[in-house]
Amino acid sequence: MNDDSPVLTLDGITKLFPGVRALAGVSLALRAGEVTALVGENGAGKSTIVKVLTGIYRPDGGEIRIDGKAVRFSSPQDAAAAGITAIHQETVLFDDLSVAENIWIGHAPRGRFGLIDRARAEREASEILERIGAGSLDPRARLRDLGIASKHLVAIARALSIEARVVVMDEPTAALSRKEIEELYELVERLKAEGRAILFISHKFDEIFRIADRYVVFRDGEPAGEGRIAEVEEGELVEMMVGRPMGDIFPPPSGELGEEILSVRGYSHPTEFDDISFTLRRGEILGFYGLVGAGRSELMQSLFGITRPSAGTVTLEGRPLVIRSPADAIAEGIVYVPEDRGGQGAITGLPIFRNVALPSMSRTARHGLVKTSEELALAREYTERLELRAASLDQRVGQLSGGNQQKVVIAKWLATRPSVIVLDEPTKGIDIGSKAAVHAFMRELASAGLAVVMVSSEIPEVLGMSDRVVVMREGRHAAMFDRGEATPASLVRAAAGIADAREAA
Amino acid sequence: MSMAGDGPIGAEARAGAPHGALGEGRRRHVPDRLHGPLRRLLGSWESLLLVVAVAIFVANTFASPYFLDPWNLSDATFNFTEKAMIGFAMALLIISGEIDLSVAAIVALASTMMGLAVQYGAGTPALVVIGLATGLACGAFNGLLVTRLGLPSIVATIGTMSLFRGIAYIVLGDKAFSGYPSSFSWFGQGYVGWVITVELVLFAVAAVIYGFVLHRSAFGRAVYAIGNNPVAALFSGVRVPRVKLVLFLLTGLMSGIAAICLTSRLGSTRPSIAFGWELEIVTMVVLGGVNILGGSGTIPGVVIAAFVMGLVTFGLGLLNVPGIVMSIFVGLLLIGVIALPRIVRQLIDSRTARRSAAKATVRADRGEARS
Amino acid sequence: MNPGERAPDSVSRHSGAASRLAETLRSRDALLALALVVLIGLVATRAPEFASPARLAAVFNDSAILIVLALGQMLVILSRCIDLSMAANLALVGMIVAMTNAAVPEVPIVVLALMAIALGAALGAINGLLVWKLDIPPIVVTLGTLTIFRGIIFLVSDGKWVNAHEMSPAFKSLPRTEFLGLPVLSWIAILAVLGALVLVNRTPFGRALYAVGGNPEAAVYTGIDVGRTRCLAFVAAGAVSGLCGYLWVSRYAVAYVDVAAGFELDVVAACVIGGISIAGGIGTVAGALMGALFLGTIKNALPVVDISPFWQLAISGTAIIVAVALNARSERRVGRIILRDAEKGA
Repeated sequence: MNDDSPVLTLDGITKLFPGVRALAGVSLALRAGEVTALVGENGAGKSTIVKVLTGIYRPDGGEIRIDGKAVRFSSPQDAAAAGITAIHQETVLFDDLSVAENIWIGHAPRGRFGLIDRARAEREASEILERIGAGSLDPRARLRDLGIASKHLVAIARALSIEARVVVMDEPTAALSRKEIEELYELVERLKAEGRAILFISHKFDEIFRIADRYVVFRDGEPAGEGRIAEVEEGELVEMMVGRPMGDIFPPPSGELGEEILSVRGYSHPTEFDDISFTLRRGEILGFYGLVGAGRSELMQSLFGITRPSAGTVTLEGRPLVIRSPADAIAEGIVYVPEDRGGQGAITGLPIFRNVALPSMSRTARHGLVKTSEELALAREYTERLELRAASLDQRVGQLSGGNQQKVVIAKWLATRPSVIVLDEPTKGIDIGSKAAVHAFMRELASAGLAVVMVSSEIPEVLGMSDRVVVMREGRHAAMFDRGEATPASLVRAAAGIADAREAA
Repeated sequence: MSMAGDGPIGAEARAGAPHGALGEGRRRHVPDRLHGPLRRLLGSWESLLLVVAVAIFVANTFASPYFLDPWNLSDATFNFTEKAMIGFAMALLIISGEIDLSVAAIVALASTMMGLAVQYGAGTPALVVIGLATGLACGAFNGLLVTRLGLPSIVATIGTMSLFRGIAYIVLGDKAFSGYPSSFSWFGQGYVGWVITVELVLFAVAAVIYGFVLHRSAFGRAVYAIGNNPVAALFSGVRVPRVKLVLFLLTGLMSGIAAICLTSRLGSTRPSIAFGWELEIVTMVVLGGVNILGGSGTIPGVVIAAFVMGLVTFGLGLLNVPGIVMSIFVGLLLIGVIALPRIVRQLIDSRTARRSAAKATVRADRGEARS
Repeated sequence: MNPGERAPDSVSRHSGAASRLAETLRSRDALLALALVVLIGLVATRAPEFASPARLAAVFNDSAILIVLALGQMLVILSRCIDLSMAANLALVGMIVAMTNAAVPEVPIVVLALMAIALGAALGAINGLLVWKLDIPPIVVTLGTLTIFRGIIFLVSDGKWVNAHEMSPAFKSLPRTEFLGLPVLSWIAILAVLGALVLVNRTPFGRALYAVGGNPEAAVYTGIDVGRTRCLAFVAAGAVSGLCGYLWVSRYAVAYVDVAAGFELDVVAACVIGGISIAGGIGTVAGALMGALFLGTIKNALPVVDISPFWQLAISGTAIIVAVALNARSERRVGRIILRDAEKGA
């Protein structure tokens, strides 16, 4: 704030993994009382640098300096002791411990004989929670019983309990509602006033321009730009991220919709959604919009056979379907690309070709015996189609970048020659360049005659890609719009269930 | 697969259509495999184990003059054939991420049921059916506990292990059944020709069948997928509960087969037979390179491990080493074979870390650090 | 009000306490205690003297060793590991201690007991170091050490037994000695329970066990050394195994190679019945205690109700299966509740 020397400097950091150069000589300087935004595409190295900062990874080259002095972190404890703490996208806390224990685990206040002083821990936990506006949380409550937003607040309280000088926030608003995001901004302002240095990682430009003072851009693990936020524009940032200017254009619709292929009537589940009906035509992209937790993924997973509905019918080409497992759905030509591509979409420990061939084994097998050469041929065909970048087809999927992993998942499903493909948040956590590629590809699929369902929480994407949009709210159908009918305001109004769109913005 | 889906996308791909609108079309050829088959083979666990097996064989020839006698070697196979047959099914189960600690108890129960049947005058074919049926029934019970009730297999099978053997104890108490028909002894005591025992042939047949199932069939692919990520496997259309149920049926079945062989070899039944076998079988499987956490492993590995354990047991037996001391060797072998690659990797890692840290310091000294 | 939030201050103290009581009553431990009481009651209908304080104290005494071992195993399981070598550890240390006593009867018993604890801890440390430093899965490590320890018993004793007449009177009598109405053996179990309560609930190590077992990746982020925590858990389990080694050979006045053969599974069973999740992170001292008591009660009840002891194995097997099934029910996460009225009805 007064002096310009940074609290924390990363200088020329390099990090190597087998076959991948995650970071190549990147630098970062964090100053007290300032928010520095870290911007970059997926695979640019953002999460790697966070792990270097928090002591989980040791850099293969370069130096970390605190107050000008070089330090080396041999473990996360060292980083924490140096006053660095991180708030991650997924809460990294303990469901079976209480709120107070989660805040204090690893550095609980001690009483007699070195035993934990429970009363003091709970009292001090309440104080911290009060400071961040979460005073209504019971420090004795079990974390498992809380909602996502409350868990996030506990994670933040933990960061504060460490008296951290450097706070790293990695996509902290991913699971928060509009109101909670505003509260988070207030918290960030408070942290700034307390003189902490904040590293804010986000791919949402409105957030970056709202709260950041400076910015640093990574591209492919290398430095690609830095400076003051006040002196840069969104377009320039995007250019630095991607290496070329990009417009916010979506591929145009083909205009020709085929016959109705899928009809869902009165589809219901005891706890997740109720009385959902919609139809789907060949060549169509049907968007599903809603707030986080509206029940869209649950609906799609139920259609795919992961869960059992309590009522409703599904008809494909006039034939009623009975789907009790994903295998049934796939046999009928309905496939699902999950949101969690690493955990549900691809088997990261298996090679690319095994992943791609897995649902298609009836085609690669003769008399029940599978031929590896056939699997490789199938994988080759579809991965070339999607321009997959990998060292070899027998490389493990876990070693690929997020965008390439998504390509493997899509290749896998295309190989089953489906008629209906459901994509759940297909461009979440993917860089702008690959986003455009996925959008173009989706339009191509539709043009080729597939019926495409796209679940998305990004308004531009929903409005730009969908031929029709269904909005869900709290498990129920809230509205349906044709292309051109919907506006951002009307979408939000339907999704949040309020009369005046202004209240939601 | 739906005919409606056999459509345009596939046709385009088959026609070798050029790239779609996927950004700049930098056509990059991705090779099928990074390394050739020989390199892949030599770097594997199975090769290491084979070396160990050969070393033990050679050591044994020097240790005792009786080792190379064909009849002795043939007798030695009884040390492992029965356990290895169960081991094949156990390997598949462990690769899928589950475990069955009740196999020894299933052997005891199947054996007890056969003994009971003998008291009622059953003949050899009926005994075989009963042995197999008991094995399958126990396997089905385990399978349903895991797939229908969602119980973790390690504790579920600790429970069934007590339950099954407990039933054997209730039936037999501290007595023994004998009086098996003479034709029944063919399984455990018969020879197919010269020194080749029936059990050895059964073992070999099982090895070939399980080898094909695991490495060449769709079912085997599914097993690997489930062991790596059961959720993603389900989402990919693998019928996870069905596969797991079949795997438990298989361990039950193989335990039944082993029970037939063992009972026929001993000519009698006690509820305490096969005590401790489950741990030996798991040892054999893990020694064979199967990851206890699931996801990887091979049948050839288990075959070699069976021979290794058989050779160690036999060789030490020739030297009059008591059984319980032999198990020290087996325990050391198990830990040693798993620890060794990890120790080597840690030494390599620390050396590269030191080297790169030195490089970084040099670079910093020279002021070459990029900002 | 969202779940986990407090009501305004004036209301909170009363409703907080009341709702906590309600939660405790519904909890797994309470149900287990109820099951235990019901079991004793059932036996008492056939044989009323079973429920008398003297008999119940005898059952407690008989289960003492299992209780202590279960507490040790609990520490290991909480951290998402398992120790199958506890019984072999017990047998080996017991043999060494017995042989020492037979050879040098002048050594004070307290010294022998401390020696037993130290030896057991050292054996446990072998397990712990292999898991920590070489990252070998605990089930594999303890499978190996289980057979190695047993084999060493043979080497050390040359296959011979140490019989009652070779042991000094002081050696044999310690566990039986009465103190304030209970045998020393029972007191040791009581002290172990109290010690475990403090360790698990009040020390950083104890809370770290829950963290490591509940979410090992997150534990690393919070600065907990996962490997070291697990190693210490194995050392603790080994130490109590060693102590129980002395208690066992002195109580039964004999030491031989097959002491406590198969007992490791009883110990795991006691933990499982006590509601300790095999996946780690969940479990209480009370649960381990009651799980052990449950098995001990069954074992002692059978002869009283005229059921042949051959039924014991099948009954404990069934108890384990039922306990695991109930564990699985309570651990199952409720699916996402999205529909408003579904939440009210749920």
